[in-house]
Amino acid sequence: MTELLGIPPQVLFGQMLIGLINGSFYALLSLGLAIIFGLLNIINFSHGAQYMLGAFAAWLGLQYFGVNYWVALVLAPVCVAAFGILLERTLLRRLYREDHLYGLLLTFGLALIIEGSFVHWFGVSGQPYAVPESLQGGQNLGFMFLPTYRGWIIVASLVVCFGTWYMIERTRLGAYLRAGTENPQLMQAFGINVPLLITLTYGYGVALAALAGVLAAPIYQVSPVMGSNLLITVFAVVVIGGMGSILGSILTGLLMGLIEGLTKVFYPEASSTVIFLVMIIILLVRPAGLFGKEA
Amino acid sequence: MISKSDNPKVLYGVLLGLAILAPLAIYPVFLMKVLCFALFASAFNLLLGYVGLLSFGHAAFLATGGYITGHILTQWGLSTELGIIFGTLAATALGYIFGKLAIRRQGIYFAMITLALAQLVFFLFVQAPFTGGENGLQGIPRGNLFGLISLQDNLSMYYFVLAIFIFGFALIQRTIHSPFGQVLKAIRENEPRAISLGYDVDKYKLLAFTLSAGLAGLAGSTKSVVFQLASLTDAHWHMSGEVVLMTLLGGVGTLFGPVVGAATVVSLQNYLAQGPLGSWVTVILGLIFVICVLAFRSGIVGEIQKFMRKNFE
Repeated sequence: MTELLGIPPQVLFGQMLIGLINGSFYALLSLGLAIIFGLLNIINFSHGAQYMLGAFAAWLGLQYFGVNYWVALVLAPVCVAAFGILLERTLLRRLYREDHLYGLLLTFGLALIIEGSFVHWFGVSGQPYAVPESLQGGQNLGFMFLPTYRGWIIVASLVVCFGTWYMIERTRLGAYLRAGTENPQLMQAFGINVPLLITLTYGYGVALAALAGVLAAPIYQVSPVMGSNLLITVFAVVVIGGMGSILGSILTGLLMGLIEGLTKVFYPEASSTVIFLVMIIILLVRPAGLFGKEA
Repeated sequence: MISKSDNPKVLYGVLLGLAILAPLAIYPVFLMKVLCFALFASAFNLLLGYVGLLSFGHAAFLATGGYITGHILTQWGLSTELGIIFGTLAATALGYIFGKLAIRRQGIYFAMITLALAQLVFFLFVQAPFTGGENGLQGIPRGNLFGLISLQDNLSMYYFVLAIFIFGFALIQRTIHSPFGQVLKAIRENEPRAISLGYDVDKYKLLAFTLSAGLAGLAGSTKSVVFQLASLTDAHWHMSGEVVLMTLLGGVGTLFGPVVGAATVVSLQNYLAQGPLGSWVTVILGLIFVICVLAFRSGIVGEIQKFMRKNFE
């Protein structure tokens, strides 16, 4: 096959694949942030720590209890979500009447506690997590080689993202959620249990982060600090997309991953900064974000 | 109690006396560290406490001040105060750019944007040729003040740092009590009303942000001279979080809160680093964060003020 712009196609498509995978994680995480923000009006700063907890839950499960990948894929998000719900019920709940910035500060403190504890127990170096047997190997697509596990990440996160979108936009529960985002007092007056809805929403957002963590475990090292740097990038993605739209969060996440991948091919020096640069451009051109509404 | 108008002057006098005598009792390098972070936290508090803007990217200004000053003193051989002035100017310029971008969004978005911009700066420092990458800039000469007074000696360095701190603190004190500061507080309390009264709110926010960034840069520049080191630690988001904690613990929106908070956090870090709890520092800082947010939102100085008001007035 001929070269495109002086780049061998294997390299180009390979980096685009990596970009799409990162984009899948951005999408899952920014989706969770957007859902939580919609109803709770807080930015969940422990999102990165909860993503890390998902990966660690899978690793610990395999290491000490022989829990395989497929079970972990369900069990880890459930456990981490239960932990998240506990935090919401005992701590976050006390802050809903205060300035929203306190929610951010509280979750930041929680992130420090969680991350610090895991660094103390496991050190900063990563632990390897094997790719499950049924997803090893890969396919030759002609123009590139696609490792099965990487394909699986993209498919799985797309299914979860669009499933979530469908649930929120097309089901009764989702209608409650959207109504609660608009006007929680009125919802409560109609006899809907808003505090329960808030708890479940937080739990679901956290579960999405933990799921991303389990998906990431086999391709990245499972490390206590894997979440924090990723989270800052996801914040930039959220600023670019705006948190007003579910579909917008998903698309922005994927798009930013792809842009990052392409930057790795054409100008590798900027690959770690390109998303922040896009954020600056968006702030200059369209401050409310790609899918945001002007306040 | 002494009447309100006399009170600060007496208080300032006593504190100044204590600060001048402090190196007789306490190791000067530790005191200088406290002063640098106290200035850093006071600069941050100017934004959070008086304009209501939560910046999660102030580490960028601390680090920019440090790196630029370090580079100038190492490579250009200028006298110390010029190095610090250039470092501060660089941080001020960066603050202007950050401010221009970040004030386009409010509240939580503002925090996220400043955090992301600071991360961008962090990556730039990792890659830039002059920062020494992971090693940082080491062996920055303390040099001579005005080309005359050697700062090698810790005691003369201490009084220089104290003078810088007093300058920064006085500037903040003046700003807060000026008509400009009153407008900032009005923005904090009710932004739409400030707009409706005809104030160009964005201009005020930008000026406050730039001033805060410049003072944070001054703290970073001074710190790099004291420790003869500028490193990536200063640019990391942990540092941005630490300054939030110092301010929150000491008391948001109080003049002395950030100073008390900085002294407490720095002492705690020093104390913990030597003991068996060394690897728990992050966790303990996180715990203090959580406790402050849940039960102690006025901070140390804020609680003392409340107590005084309740019992003595």
